[in-house]
Amino acid sequence: MTWGDTIYLLPEIVISIGACLLLIAPVMRRGGGVVRASGAPSGGGARTAKWTMLAILVLTAVAVIASSGLVADVAQTKTFASMFALDSFAIFFKLLFIATMAMLVLLSDDYLAASRYSAWEYYSLLSFALCGMMFMVSGVHLAAIYIGLELLSLSSYILAGYFKNELKSTEAAMKYFVLGTVSSAILLYGISLIYGVTGTLNLMRIADAMSTLVTNDALMFGIMLLGAGLCFKIAAAPFHVWTPDVYEGAPTPITAFLSTASKSAAFAIFARIFYVGMHHFRLDWQVVLAIIAALSMIIGNLAAITQDNIKRMLAYSSIGHAGYVLLGIISVSEMGLYGVLVYSVVYVFATLGIWATVLMLSKHEYAGEQVSDFEGLHRRAPLWAFAMIIFLLSLGGIPPTAGFIGKYFLFYAAVGAGFGWLAIVAVLMSAVSMFFYFRIVMAMYLRDGDGQAEVVSSGGLKLVAAICLVVTLLFGILPGPLVEQAKISGGWVAKRVAANNAQR
Amino acid sequence: MTYSYLPILILLFVAAVLGAVFLSLNWILGRHQRNPSKLSPYESGVPLLDENRKRVNVRFYQIAMLFILFDIEAAFLYPWAVIYRSMISWYLFGEMLLFILLLGVGYVYVWKKRAFDWK
Amino acid sequence: MDAIASNAPLVVFIVIGTIAVAASFLVVMMRNPVHSALFLLLTFLCVAVLFVIKAAEFVAAVQVLVYAGGIMVLFLFVVMLINVRHLPDEKMTTSYTLGGIGVGVAIFVLFFAVVRTGAYHDEAPNAAKKLTTVREQVLTQHPTDPNKLVRKWRAKDNRNAEAIGMALYRDYLVPFEVASLFLLVAMIGAIVIGKRELSALEEETAPDYMLERVETEKEVKDLVNAN
Repeated sequence: MTWGDTIYLLPEIVISIGACLLLIAPVMRRGGGVVRASGAPSGGGARTAKWTMLAILVLTAVAVIASSGLVADVAQTKTFASMFALDSFAIFFKLLFIATMAMLVLLSDDYLAASRYSAWEYYSLLSFALCGMMFMVSGVHLAAIYIGLELLSLSSYILAGYFKNELKSTEAAMKYFVLGTVSSAILLYGISLIYGVTGTLNLMRIADAMSTLVTNDALMFGIMLLGAGLCFKIAAAPFHVWTPDVYEGAPTPITAFLSTASKSAAFAIFARIFYVGMHHFRLDWQVVLAIIAALSMIIGNLAAITQDNIKRMLAYSSIGHAGYVLLGIISVSEMGLYGVLVYSVVYVFATLGIWATVLMLSKHEYAGEQVSDFEGLHRRAPLWAFAMIIFLLSLGGIPPTAGFIGKYFLFYAAVGAGFGWLAIVAVLMSAVSMFFYFRIVMAMYLRDGDGQAEVVSSGGLKLVAAICLVVTLLFGILPGPLVEQAKISGGWVAKRVAANNAQR
Repeated sequence: MTYSYLPILILLFVAAVLGAVFLSLNWILGRHQRNPSKLSPYESGVPLLDENRKRVNVRFYQIAMLFILFDIEAAFLYPWAVIYRSMISWYLFGEMLLFILLLGVGYVYVWKKRAFDWK
Repeated sequence: MDAIASNAPLVVFIVIGTIAVAASFLVVMMRNPVHSALFLLLTFLCVAVLFVIKAAEFVAAVQVLVYAGGIMVLFLFVVMLINVRHLPDEKMTTSYTLGGIGVGVAIFVLFFAVVRTGAYHDEAPNAAKKLTTVREQVLTQHPTDPNKLVRKWRAKDNRNAEAIGMALYRDYLVPFEVASLFLLVAMIGAIVIGKRELSALEEETAPDYMLERVETEKEVKDLVNAN
């Protein structure tokens, strides 16, 4: 534990400095400190903020890639009293988060410029959220993971209520905050019980301690509370009630953030905690999580059918996707880990593409939110309509798109772990999900709307949609590179666990 | 063990007993008269003009919130000071410097946003 | 005497624990929200005493400073901001009450089952081994009168804050710095969400009394326009 270890946290340090810069820079200018409601901090200020944020993200990405050179061997990866691991798994997710965040900046740009809220604090909070996510995925210690998660959550609560003069946004922030803090408390109580029984918070040492223990109530209760808290964060079924309201009320780019980056960060820690720390007691928690996964898939996909608001529909659909990812976590196998990694990428890109399309249909403040807004889109914007079909197919898991690859791994892992019935439920629910995804397709192609939803596509939105389209199609047709990378990154975690178990 | 806290316990006990004794003496020895003037705020004053609990300006809340945040940060300084006395090192110094720097960033932000101004 | 002395922590625990539980019941049962807040204060103080019994004096001090000192102020402000006048008219028992009691009982049974197992790891983690607060009485000279001796309590082995410092600033260094980022974000949140925004025109033209009184920006605008 010396200053030398600091180099391992270089990306986090870069993004923290960037976040502070975004916070301080505008208020240090002459007269910049006064918050004005009209007369707008938007316009030029918002553009400068955007480019600053993008520059910071590029620097962070460079730092992540530079630090990936430090990933030497399995034993070398622990820093700061065994709290953070700079491993291939963490780097995979960090790069995914940075890419997502860059696209979110492009998505937010016009939306913020049209509003009268300051872009600087917005991007600063996004940077802090990114910092929290990066700490989370690097964490191999429950306290480190928890504090990273809290940094992410607190930034998300504020961002959900960022448009504070809009009732819906405030309501979303309120609901998210109250339920989110309760779930954090539950998570923390679970962690404390696990600490009480095993005497450590380091995931590896928890696994060591658990291998010598027999089942007892305190430990089971701790694992269940931990699982419940994490299920809230990924919005799995009995803990999903907040999702539609928050997704609907939050500013649309923030909804995109919550449903992509934030969610995949929660997937990552869920997979790491349960794969590394809790695998000795898998027979006890697998069944519970399997029921949660089944419930998520059923409730999410069935409830999505009846939604007319596309934000709510996607919220329910994201509940269903949390259920699919749980399949990979339940299986406690390398295949499951690959599935979680691949699916996170696939899901993030497809979902971001859909949000880009939703933001493109700006009719009024709550832009393009009804399914009816999509009517006749193929006439007004044929390319967008085509891209939308690809994204929806990917979410549904239909072969030429990347979604199929992700689901293939997850379902295969579930069958391999003896959860055939769960895989059947998942396949059935994927079929159900196609039903409501095709509602949007039908609206776009088969109905002639009155065309009230104006098409305003800026360069940023087009770029995001293009990137998402290319990624979704490329990984669908040539999944090789993504799968290889997932095998390296997921395999890293598996190898460490195997080495640790063999050593003992 | 924790016997050094015994005086505090005794103090609490004495305070509770004294309070209870005085209140019950009052009740036992005093005369019980119930009439409306007993319930008025001042028996020989003007009646209330308004509610005593009015809505407080939301700014009080904001300032209270900032106070708590700085309060918590101050609480972190105490254990640091205790160990810094016994093991002086640049490492410890640096980490607290970083902590205070981040605190300073927040302070500058709050200051420049005029959150401390009343208007 | 020995019996009393050895059982003193237990007696204190039972008395203070009972008060804490009773006070927290009263928090939810009081009709006047200010009374609820005051009982919450009592609960916080009782919890601080429980921390002292477990030799966690630093946590007890933080409990009093931060919770009883700071957070209570926030609670009282919220009570005064919302200013519920006619709460006493409302029924306290609703259809949710039964469900709430059911959930409470279920959680109690669960917690009881967990505590009863006693399956906790008994080995104290590294720094906490020194968490003892032995004090001794020493005789020292009176500050003014050299012929007198006074008895003073001196901390013999009080390493509570030190143990926390060691854990916090050496093992948990990075989480600690992330916590400071967390506090920074909380500060931004307080400003971003809490601060009322005025346009330059409104700031210049609206007289002070108006800014004091009116609650929403819309009202400010209306008044400015009316002038």
